[in-house]
Amino acid sequence: MSILKEEFPVEAMDFVTAGEASAQIKRLLKKLGVDPGVIRRLSIACYEAEINLVIHSDGGKLTLEMNPENVSLISEDVGPGIPDIDLAMSEGYSTASDDVRMMGFGAGMGLANMARNADRFHIDSKVGEGTRIEMIFDINK
Amino acid sequence: MTLKRICEILSAQPLSDNFDEDLEVQCACSSDMMSDVLAFPKEHMVLLTGLVNPQVMRTCDMLDIRAVVFTRGKLPSAEALEMANENGINVMGTHLTLFIASGKLYEGGLYNGTKG
Repeated sequence: MSILKEEFPVEAMDFVTAGEASAQIKRLLKKLGVDPGVIRRLSIACYEAEINLVIHSDGGKLTLEMNPENVSLISEDVGPGIPDIDLAMSEGYSTASDDVRMMGFGAGMGLANMARNADRFHIDSKVGEGTRIEMIFDINK
Repeated sequence: MTLKRICEILSAQPLSDNFDEDLEVQCACSSDMMSDVLAFPKEHMVLLTGLVNPQVMRTCDMLDIRAVVFTRGKLPSAEALEMANENGINVMGTHLTLFIASGKLYEGGLYNGTKG
């Protein structure tokens, strides 16, 4: 049974607002009294996902859902998709442009960092359609 | 190490409002790549960087980093500074390069950096 469900739209290549959804989600979880360690892991993964939506997609959304056992964060986008997920998951591999790197991102750490911080991580992608990432964070470990 | 001591070692100036010179940090991370900072976070960390865009503050907010040193005389944008003030992030500026500033803090006793 879900006690909270909220969606946060994320625009492609908008570096001015990039991170605002993650900041809102962090504030929301703090207000709900979620364990600081869980908030920290989720905030890192959420920000990575949001930056990926900004950099790599044609636009998407983050969906936060909470039940008494866990918090789930789903990142869904419309975009080019990922041809080789195993390669994309390897640290250091990145297809980000030089402009993105100038902003301090695109080191090829994002997907692996999301997986590291989440208790469960699942990614699906279709080339030419988009990518869906589901991350679960257990509240009571 | 307190932020006051960091300012002394780096000849750094506080740039943010309500600067907490007594705040203690236990480790440091030096990088212009926020992707790397996000991948190797530690608690009670000071970030040294030459990147001055608002995403630096957003990264600090996500990682609960309460202290940032901008190196090589670079100043954060007004937007970045406003974000720092809103989120209680203490901002300093030094004319030293990222490499020299990192070395001086290490020499001063701030050893612990990223995981590994």
